[in-house]
Amino acid sequence: MDKYINIKVKVWRQAGPKAQGHFETYALEHIFQGASFLEMIDILNEKLISEHKDPIAFDHDCREGICGMCSMYVNGHPHGPDSAVTTCQLHMRKFNDGDTITVEPWRSHAFPVIKDLMVDRQAYDKIMQAGGFVSVNTGGVPDANAIPIPKPVADEAMDAASCIGCGACAAACKNGSAMLFVAAKVSQLALLPQGKVEAAQRAKAMVNKMDELGFGNCTNTGACAAECPKSVSLQHIARLNREFICAKFKD
Amino acid sequence: MAEKNTQNTGIITPEMAKIPAGPLEKKWTNYKDHQKLVNPANKRRLDVIVVGTGLAGASAAASLAEMGFNVLNFCIQDSPRRAHSIAAQGGINAAKNYQNDGDSIYRLFYDTIKGGDYRAREANVYRLAEVSNNIIDQCVAQGVPFAREYGGLLDNRSFGGAQVSRTFYAKGQTGQQLLLGAYSALSRQIGKGKVKMYNRHEMLDVVVIKDEDGEPRARGIIARNLVTGRIERYFGHAVVVATGGYGNTFFLSTNAMASNGSAAMQMYRHGAYFANPCYAQIHPTCIPKHGDFQSKLTLMSESLRNDGRIWVPKKLEDAQKLQRGEIKGRDIPEEDRDYYLERRYPAFGNLVPRDVASRAAKERCDKGFGVNNTGLAVFLDFSDAIKRLGKDVVEQKYGNLFQMYEKIVDENPYEDPMMIFPAIHYTMGGIWVDYELQTSVKGLFCIGEANFSDHGANRLGASALMQGLADGYFVLPYTIQNYLSDQIGVPRMSVDLPEFAQAEKAITDKIEKLMKIQGSRSVDSIHKELGLVMWDFVGMGRTAESLKEALKKIDAIKKEFWTNVYIPGEASSLNNELEKALRLADFIEIGRLMAVDALNREESCGGHFREEFQTPEGEALRQDDKFSYVACWKYTGEDSEPELIKEPLDYEFTERKTRNYKN
Repeated sequence: MDKYINIKVKVWRQAGPKAQGHFETYALEHIFQGASFLEMIDILNEKLISEHKDPIAFDHDCREGICGMCSMYVNGHPHGPDSAVTTCQLHMRKFNDGDTITVEPWRSHAFPVIKDLMVDRQAYDKIMQAGGFVSVNTGGVPDANAIPIPKPVADEAMDAASCIGCGACAAACKNGSAMLFVAAKVSQLALLPQGKVEAAQRAKAMVNKMDELGFGNCTNTGACAAECPKSVSLQHIARLNREFICAKFKD
Repeated sequence: MAEKNTQNTGIITPEMAKIPAGPLEKKWTNYKDHQKLVNPANKRRLDVIVVGTGLAGASAAASLAEMGFNVLNFCIQDSPRRAHSIAAQGGINAAKNYQNDGDSIYRLFYDTIKGGDYRAREANVYRLAEVSNNIIDQCVAQGVPFAREYGGLLDNRSFGGAQVSRTFYAKGQTGQQLLLGAYSALSRQIGKGKVKMYNRHEMLDVVVIKDEDGEPRARGIIARNLVTGRIERYFGHAVVVATGGYGNTFFLSTNAMASNGSAAMQMYRHGAYFANPCYAQIHPTCIPKHGDFQSKLTLMSESLRNDGRIWVPKKLEDAQKLQRGEIKGRDIPEEDRDYYLERRYPAFGNLVPRDVASRAAKERCDKGFGVNNTGLAVFLDFSDAIKRLGKDVVEQKYGNLFQMYEKIVDENPYEDPMMIFPAIHYTMGGIWVDYELQTSVKGLFCIGEANFSDHGANRLGASALMQGLADGYFVLPYTIQNYLSDQIGVPRMSVDLPEFAQAEKAITDKIEKLMKIQGSRSVDSIHKELGLVMWDFVGMGRTAESLKEALKKIDAIKKEFWTNVYIPGEASSLNNELEKALRLADFIEIGRLMAVDALNREESCGGHFREEFQTPEGEALRQDDKFSYVACWKYTGEDSEPELIKEPLDYEFTERKTRNYKN
């Protein structure tokens, strides 16, 4: 049964990209455990505003786990201690009375801090722009049922496609690699006949862009998949490597 | 120019709305055959601003760029992939008739018109049904992983308001997959340099400049860079607004936190009509509210109503025990359960349209049959489906929704029935557009949920995704050319023109005024107050009295806001509170407009239910002789009442009937 708890929140405060950051600790009383983690931050911000202090800047939008905007490192884990959820779906019932909760922005070289807990993830957009698509224009495409796709294949493509682009994988990785993010897109499109045509080319373009943007290399530690809020599987990285090697052979 | 459009009669005729002549099924083809086009060399010389990157915005931006236009695309999130279309769960309708169950373009058109309670434009809705099939083809070609059957062909499910299975889906994440499809097409064009993307930018005004004939035309926007706080100016030969709906007027809604109606209000203040603002959809299957700190309501997809059965106890004492937490839903025997939708609407049962299902839930809860501690919830029960199909099948179909419910509520929906309650979800009203999706300001277009055009007084499930993509992929890229073909001689304008400077000055003045108030209330505390007034007085059941009361209260809230809001920090840097304050200033005006429109519309239709107008059985009672029109509100000044302009709705191709989901 949900009840009320008293907690301390230790939050990373950083005024801007170039400013020196530091932790600040705030005490919060009477927090309902049915509240989401972000609602707890809302309550803290209301308190800060009432004291005429600067509220904590953080990214958030849909608050139902799908937009990928929220991006907090909570107690050493991207999106916090619960499994397969984003920060907005993390609830205060996962914490105990008297806890001190540490909140940090994504830790990744490729995601510089904008302010407090807000980071710049445009690097992911740039990887997508390098090849994360099927090259078709609007109109002039065949009937949707023209090419049957076996259900297991379509289902696997869907699992890969469930990536929300939040950046937890790169933030969790000790090498700062974006391989799971890239693999999810490469794998989704390589599985489907519509995307197969450009599969090798796509893998190469996206991996090259990832390297160029300062993401690290993959050493298969598996931290990405373990922390992924959508449980995207490590197997997709294997498929990406396959496509990438194919592309290299063709060169 | 508004005067010119309506010729001072206060009436918009089909000619003014540019509805093509001829039989229904030929209108769109005829339009395309005779519209003006822009040749490839000229397309390169034309700039189009698209605001928003949801299904409508992203698909329009990508399609326009593919055709050769230069596109400037804006979004308030950190990436175009995060627009709130991403949260749509259930599916997208199309008239493919793959299931051989009698579907057709006409039937999709008819269901949509009927579902909208005969308050939508026939020509627009027919075109929507016509292009629905192209959307599915397009998405499959992009690599959208729709659900498939074992034979490898596409699967369908049924949705509210239809007797055929025409809804395509990708698990419970259809909106996400369709948006990522559009985002990938958009990304491709950004990579090619045909779209210049502006993330974390919020439109704060549209810039209107008169041409040599004195005709005002949209020529750009003023936007605030949300990271630096800088106010920036952008030119475009045309401006397309795709910024979604204004459901967040209610504070608590299923919309994302940043979803807002400000772009609509900016257009409205420049002379674009705001049509049918009172048509707001209250979705029947949301997770009930749990506390005052709550920031938003979470929707459970309507697709759950395919297999879930909605009920409350038959006996008041059972409901009271549930409210006190003494018993659980599963403790109530079958014979003591009231499956009220199946009882009242045998033909459609749990799949009645959203407005009907929401009101029926309210009716039961008002009578005291609510099933949670607040008395504001009904059950959505899967025990029959689990018995019939097995837990595995249910899990495969709805697993992610069940998981989401369990994370939020901390109860296992496989064992205890889910609890649901209606919440604001979608706004059918919006900026008035003609058949070309152009507003009453030349060169200013409005697409997707932001416009009013296709859903009448109520939208059917799985039709929002259809409309967003129809507008963006297949309608606007055609119709905008009819406008732009006359603009090929217009050179790119300097953003140093006085009109840009004045627009920027008005914005900086407004921001300065807000920052200077330094009162004692946070933005959210005032927004919550507005939300409660909207829910209590302009919500599911409205009366003349409640609406008059709402107007008084909203005026008081407006005064409180402009004298007592507190915004910390500076305007010239990242400032979330300032962003929220600017949006709230507009939500207050929208709330007022919703109440004014609801007061004017003395009938019940679709999502608008005036308690004075109902049948003895409690069903909505339309007043076709008086209110068969689109109510278009024209801005007349900050402190004066808006002017009502009517677009009569003549049903040429369908017979207007009382909606009947009983038999």
